[in-house]
Amino acid sequence: MSFSKELIRGIWKENPIFILVLGMCPTLAVSTSVINGIGMGIATTFVLICSNIVISLIRSYVPDQVRIPVYIVLIASFVTVVDLVMSGFFRSLYHALGIFIPLIVVNCIILGRAEAFASKNSVFLSIADAIGMGAGFTLALVMLGSIRELLGNGSLLGLSIFGSGYEPALVMILPPGAFFTLGILTGVFSAVAKYRSKKWRKYVSQDLGKTAVVR
Amino acid sequence: MKEVIRLVAVLTVVCVLAGLSLSYVSEATEEARAYQDRLELLNSLNMVLPEHDNEPDNDAVIIDGITYYVSKKDGEINGVAFATSSDKGYSGTIRVMMGIKPDGEIITIGILEQKETPGLGTKITEDWFLDQYKGKSLENARWAVKKDGGDFEQISGATISPRAVTSAVRTGLETYEKNKHEILGGSDVVQ
Repeated sequence: MSFSKELIRGIWKENPIFILVLGMCPTLAVSTSVINGIGMGIATTFVLICSNIVISLIRSYVPDQVRIPVYIVLIASFVTVVDLVMSGFFRSLYHALGIFIPLIVVNCIILGRAEAFASKNSVFLSIADAIGMGAGFTLALVMLGSIRELLGNGSLLGLSIFGSGYEPALVMILPPGAFFTLGILTGVFSAVAKYRSKKWRKYVSQDLGKTAVVR
Repeated sequence: MKEVIRLVAVLTVVCVLAGLSLSYVSEATEEARAYQDRLELLNSLNMVLPEHDNEPDNDAVIIDGITYYVSKKDGEINGVAFATSSDKGYSGTIRVMMGIKPDGEIITIGILEQKETPGLGTKITEDWFLDQYKGKSLENARWAVKKDGGDFEQISGATISPRAVTSAVRTGLETYEKNKHEILGGSDVVQ
């Protein structure tokens, strides 16, 4: 498996939100606006990269029975480091993300990738996996955030789009809106995935058939 | 038995290393965080106080657990800033920084902390909402939202948040009025 293949996998084929359905709690809570989605996505990606690297490095020394506590200690430490460093040097970003930073510890994606990927693969591939999964997560949050912010507040990235005459559909910013949007997007994602895989199979079989005839 | 010892040893090593590195990071960033804290305090004070030539965080008076930051220009007090709060918000406490003239008239207010519903209650942080408190004092305004027969705008779909801000500001003004003499030191007041 190559670096780029691992990278793409997290964005499309195994998108953590729409396909793996991991980390739903922060997804539903944070995706009220685009900027929240971007901030949460970047912070999560950073922690994911750090935890994947370290867990991949120590994978042969950690006994199976205690692997989960070890992973959690490492992930929580990285999140605390991010929290402290941001608080000291990037104060405005720190405030913009607020409670989302400590919430990263309980994001299933990070423990999920540690367990499913980093503990079984090389550091190199684990970094690719972390970047891909992080990008997929950020992309999903931004999609959810833009739809909810646009319909629920009439704006994108804080800029008014529909003007003052638009009556915002407040429900989109409230928790039910998160479920509506997530449900529809997950449906669209799996429909597209299904369509693409069929088409791809057909194409492959025809192609192989031709090759066979020529031979 | 040997296996158990191995498990304990691994967990201990991981936890000790994590603890050590965290204490290192915490110490390394302590100064930067304290600096940012002060910068933030001064920023929020400058937001609500008039032009001054002292350091308001060094000219502070603490009464009943509330810190009153006093701003001075040419040695004369021209403003007082302090934080007030209300726990009647829609979710959690709303903290307001208010700057007032020594005679009890509001210069301006700012929201320090709120956890209101995004897009609804969070409108209390917008300028059009905060600006309506400018120039108001206990005497020249009815301290309630319009729905309750007062002078202040509510937000459609979120009456609770403006109501909480209004009540926080009112409480702040009342506490100031009560402790006015102690805060101003009884002298060099510009009316």
